Amino acid sequence: MSDDEPGNGGAPGADGYDQARYTDGDRYEPLLSEKRSREVDVETPLPDAVTRDSLELPALSEPELSRHYTRLSQMNYGVESGPFPLGSCTMKYNPSFTEDIAGLPDAAIHPDRDPETMQGTLAVLAQLSDYLAQIGGMDGVTLQPPAGAAGEYTGTMITRAYHEENGEDRSEVLVPDSAHGTNFASAALAGFDVVELPSGDDGRVDIDALEGALGDDTALLMLTNPNTLGLFERDIVDIARMVHEAGGLLYYDGANLNALLGRARPGDMGFDIMHYNVHKTFATPHGGGGPGAGPVGVVEKLEPFLPAPRVRAVDGEGEPAYELFEPEQTIGKVHGFLGNWQVLVKAGAYIARLGDEGLADAGAKAVLNANYLAEQLDYEVPFGPFHHEFVASAGEQDAADVAKRMLDYGVHPPTTKWPETVEEALMTEPTEGENRRTLDQLAAAFNAVAGEDETTVASAPRRTAARRIDQVDAARHPRLSWHALDE
Amino acid sequence: MGDSPYAPHTPTETREMLDAIGVDSQEDLFDIPDQVRFDGQFDIGARSERGVRAEFETTLGRNTDIVELLGRGHYDHYVPSIVDHLADRQEFLTSYTQYQPEVAQGFLQALFEYQSMLVELTGLPVANCSLYDAATALGEAATLATRVRDASGSRVLVPAQMQAGKRRVLENYASGTDLTVEPYPMDDGAVDTATLAEIADEEVLLVYAESPTVRGVVEESLPTVAGVAAGNDALFCLGSDPVALAVLEEPAALGADIVIGDAASLGLGAAGGMGLGLFATRESFLRQVPGRLVGAGEDESGRRAYTLTLQTREQHIRRERATSNICTNQAWVALRAAIHAATLGPDGLVELATDCVTRTGAVAERVDDVPGVEAPVHDRHHFREFAARTDEPARAVAADLADHGFAVHALDDDHLQVCVTETSADAVDEFVDALEVVA
Repeated sequence: MSDDEPGNGGAPGADGYDQARYTDGDRYEPLLSEKRSREVDVETPLPDAVTRDSLELPALSEPELSRHYTRLSQMNYGVESGPFPLGSCTMKYNPSFTEDIAGLPDAAIHPDRDPETMQGTLAVLAQLSDYLAQIGGMDGVTLQPPAGAAGEYTGTMITRAYHEENGEDRSEVLVPDSAHGTNFASAALAGFDVVELPSGDDGRVDIDALEGALGDDTALLMLTNPNTLGLFERDIVDIARMVHEAGGLLYYDGANLNALLGRARPGDMGFDIMHYNVHKTFATPHGGGGPGAGPVGVVEKLEPFLPAPRVRAVDGEGEPAYELFEPEQTIGKVHGFLGNWQVLVKAGAYIARLGDEGLADAGAKAVLNANYLAEQLDYEVPFGPFHHEFVASAGEQDAADVAKRMLDYGVHPPTTKWPETVEEALMTEPTEGENRRTLDQLAAAFNAVAGEDETTVASAPRRTAARRIDQVDAARHPRLSWHALDE
Repeated sequence: MGDSPYAPHTPTETREMLDAIGVDSQEDLFDIPDQVRFDGQFDIGARSERGVRAEFETTLGRNTDIVELLGRGHYDHYVPSIVDHLADRQEFLTSYTQYQPEVAQGFLQALFEYQSMLVELTGLPVANCSLYDAATALGEAATLATRVRDASGSRVLVPAQMQAGKRRVLENYASGTDLTVEPYPMDDGAVDTATLAEIADEEVLLVYAESPTVRGVVEESLPTVAGVAAGNDALFCLGSDPVALAVLEEPAALGADIVIGDAASLGLGAAGGMGLGLFATRESFLRQVPGRLVGAGEDESGRRAYTLTLQTREQHIRRERATSNICTNQAWVALRAAIHAATLGPDGLVELATDCVTRTGAVAERVDDVPGVEAPVHDRHHFREFAARTDEPARAVAADLADHGFAVHALDDDHLQVCVTETSADAVDEFVDALEVVA
């Protein structure tokens, strides 16, 4: 096509961008479209009526792009940048070797292959399913759900199919007020009415409130254990009995499974369905928001309802062979293909690396770190004993401001203002990956902010790539593409 | 062995930390009733890093060395090395959802740029920064339709020829919102518009069509389909993909209300079906969009900055009234797709798409020359893939081709489907030779 046009990229200075610029820290990088775009005419063998006239996209050389994205990466905080104690997200270290395994040429396959020609892939999936069944105390596992919320949705769809199969019309899903927002949304997406359960004074399920809510309409109770305050539901065996006596099923939200690795299993507590967040518990990278994977485990009576296809070993001699099959009463599919395959490979490799003792140690060190960190804080931690995470209260301070100010101390802040059962919540999960020294630095950041005046805290952050961003204005005047910036 | 290799604690450090907490042992920190205590025996033996790698190399090595001429929704385009190297930078890879935008400007800008490129390709002003895959994006399109005033009814009309997984995912989303999914017939691989117009009525909520279709057919009657939808107070959802959209008419100009697809055809290559749900729509549906949106705004110093926006649509705020349950999405795949698209640039992307037309036509002609095979089955323009009719039973032909080292789809007893991209183009000569032997 045409020769390079100078565009914005040709002339360093006031109107353009300077490729050699590196004087403004890493605080700003022009958009690709502001550097150089080109509009090209489109000519193909297709009829004109179905063909576009032209296409305009950024047109940069590879060296320019390499600098662009490298600079953008420098304006981004990841687990390697420092402590990342985002509560309920389990931002643990993601071992690099699992990336290489997921990137093996033999892993790059099309999912519609004849199963006979993808025995390696099926073997990896079968092994991970077995691992997860063991770790959760479940009888059968599907790896298809591509995220935790997709796992919840799968679980609620299985619940619906199970009750329908039994000729029961159960319309309600019970969810504690401290639960993840996805629990409510997933149940609603599956067509259920959501009933919110108030927490008791101790931050756990209020048994009387549960008793009052259970009934003929109860299809499912969704619980996170330890819950979002880091508290173990001590009455879990009674809770499971009550739910089952009412004819309902019990669902385990696996967001906080890291705390229990090797010490307790949802299946042993009476849970019927669970999802695993492999991007939390099993160290697959969070990728700036995903991809994750949300495999779902179920007890035996629910196995026929699992999504299709499932993997199983075929009886025979020699090296085990695997096949795909359609469960008898399957709910169908929750992903177009097999799920987030590359993520599943990484999770399988992580579990194999750690083994029984490594997994149990990961859980123990995550709990140790949370307890040690909480011990150092000036902020009050109202509930306990907690496990892998705790929720401190910023008290008179605004938790969102506290978080912004912590950025100035070079650490990532906790999750804020949630759960609402704690005033000005600072939901903190350091994970097992931090050493004592880093935890001390993190505590120092918390405590420094705790002692600061409102003006200082409210005007933070000052040392970040961007200063405080006006979220209200951004939402009021949505500009969602570079096209909108020109308007 | 025994300890997690990724927990840095020395025994002394552990001891001191326990002392600081005021407990004797790590076990004292667990508030778990004895009744549900587990002994920790999963029977999973720890391996060294080298050991795990060797094991996976051996296991995955059981995947047969075969040339994949497979498509139907998952495509293997060559991904330039720069994509891996930039996307694997740890600050991108190990970060999470941008809840603190002041330290996430890099990823937010990359996602803003991704959204912008999709806006250019679709002509629609709003593109989110990812759903899981095309199938779940279609499910979300159907649930969106139930929430907007522009549409009413409960029937979702879909093409009779459609990827089975996508249809089944849609049926699940539909059942939770009391919708029914009904197929409309195809005429020689494209929408049978006359029949579609006949079966459509005011009960139709959404009409879904694809271009290219699951059989690679470039649909030529989309304005008519859009007209049928609009005439019945229904939305028109188009399924496509970003490579095809580089040359196809802008969906917005064709009357599409929503565009869905799998954008992982850029950035990912063959990935076992892992995808990148593309979702773009009209401005008027902005507040009903599922998933995350990145917006541009200003920081306190007046400088442009990026942030997740319109979050009151989302589950962490709106809970059961959210537009979707999605939280974790495919952000890193979107980053990869954006880097890939930027690396190609407009010339490279148009060239890639044009090759998908010309090469496919040429390969179909060669397949048609093979005695006992007719290709393409549909007298249409094709993109990347085409269906072929075989005199011999198609499933047996596919099995024999596998023995010769080629994987193709067997659609039924009489039809194969063949997909060729630049990653498999060099194998076409040998494929045609093999087809001559087995067909």
